[in-house]
Amino acid sequence: MFNDLLLILWIIIKIIVIVVPLLLGVAYLTFFERKVIGLMQSRIGPNRVGPWGLLQPIADVLKLLTKEIIIPSASNRYLFVIAPMLTITPALAAWAVIPFSQGMALANINAGVLYLFALGSLSVYGVLVAGWASNSKYAFLGAMRAAAQTISYEIAMGFSFVGILLAAGSMNLQDIVLKQQGGFWHWYWLPLLPLFVTYWISGVAETNRLPFDVAEGESEIVAGFHVEYSGITFALFFLAEYINMIMVSTIAALLFLGGWLSPFEGIPLLGPLFAWVPGIIWLFLKIGGFLFLYIWLRATFPRYRYDQIMRLGWKVLIPVTLVWVVVVSLGVEFKIAPWFI
Amino acid sequence: MLENYLPILIFIGIGLVIGMAALIIGALIGPHKPDAEKNSPYECGFPAFEDTRLPFDVRYYLVAILFIIFDLETAFLFPWAVVLHKIGLYGFLAMMVFLGLLTIGFIYEWKKGALEWQ
Repeated sequence: MFNDLLLILWIIIKIIVIVVPLLLGVAYLTFFERKVIGLMQSRIGPNRVGPWGLLQPIADVLKLLTKEIIIPSASNRYLFVIAPMLTITPALAAWAVIPFSQGMALANINAGVLYLFALGSLSVYGVLVAGWASNSKYAFLGAMRAAAQTISYEIAMGFSFVGILLAAGSMNLQDIVLKQQGGFWHWYWLPLLPLFVTYWISGVAETNRLPFDVAEGESEIVAGFHVEYSGITFALFFLAEYINMIMVSTIAALLFLGGWLSPFEGIPLLGPLFAWVPGIIWLFLKIGGFLFLYIWLRATFPRYRYDQIMRLGWKVLIPVTLVWVVVVSLGVEFKIAPWFI
Repeated sequence: MLENYLPILIFIGIGLVIGMAALIIGALIGPHKPDAEKNSPYECGFPAFEDTRLPFDVRYYLVAILFIIFDLETAFLFPWAVVLHKIGLYGFLAMMVFLGLLTIGFIYEWKKGALEWQ
């Protein structure tokens, strides 16, 4: 009994060690985003609060906490309050299975990829419930768009996961990373290049980020499904969106870019030179690269039209992934070296 | 085996607690001064002229139905993909027949215009 309690306490401590840096990461991701977009548009970005504006995210959190929570009179009160919780819970819980380095995972389960896929699908409920409960036309339109867009891109995402499972022969995230050992040309981005690109595009679409952000579309439907939310209820949606962005980047790094493996592995001279760097640093660098790509995309591309988004999802990405899944399964069947052995 | 999933259960619980705690703190710290105008649905300053829960475009249903078919297919593909290197040519060919049938269906709905958005 006492040992059980100790075990649970230990698990809770580990969860806190994951969640606190994650929330800090989100806070500074918003700061990084504003700075980078500012620089890309020849502005300075936030620079007033603290040295170089470094305290800006903390000021934002305090501001959001002290704002009034408005519950519109026409809304379904309970659903309206539950929706932000419904969004943040799966976004956080997905981190349970992520291995940060060899053996550094909270739950090293065999169905890791399936679990991530399942929790990724759950995020659509929060959006739908929020849009429905608000009883506002903008919120409703935004929620319908977000739901249809998310489920459309989920299919392409699922197929790119199938390609990974074919190549690795396992759903365990640690096994998948370890199968990519041997140098950066062994990582799955190379044999699965079309699936890698598809995964990334679907990931951007799943998180409703530009250029696929018609669910929010400030210039047409104000802010989409969370137009009626204020204060901390809005902050929870915002938080979930950024946690999901980091999640998509992490999955991309783990499945396609060899997770915590060193990019210099197997290269003479450079390999031994960088052998001392801990794996988690490489993982964070890769995640950071993907997050920068998110921001870069936002600063560069105009918003897609809705019919263009649906066409890209159904008529381009799904056929491409279908074909490439068959190609990869042929590769596995005939054991094409060095990837499918 | 199952004890591997205990941390996940606890994590989901903590996720719920974080969501709830944030809402409670926000409700306690923030001001609370409701009035009729502030609580009305946001429609750019106009009073809301109809209820929102109106019939909407049937295409959303269509997308949802197509999604179920393809998502089920993904569910079929997941276990097959994990064991393909063990089940050999027979398993490979069986899935190719299934994928072929599905592709025929996909081409049919494409030609029927089920994937068009005007």
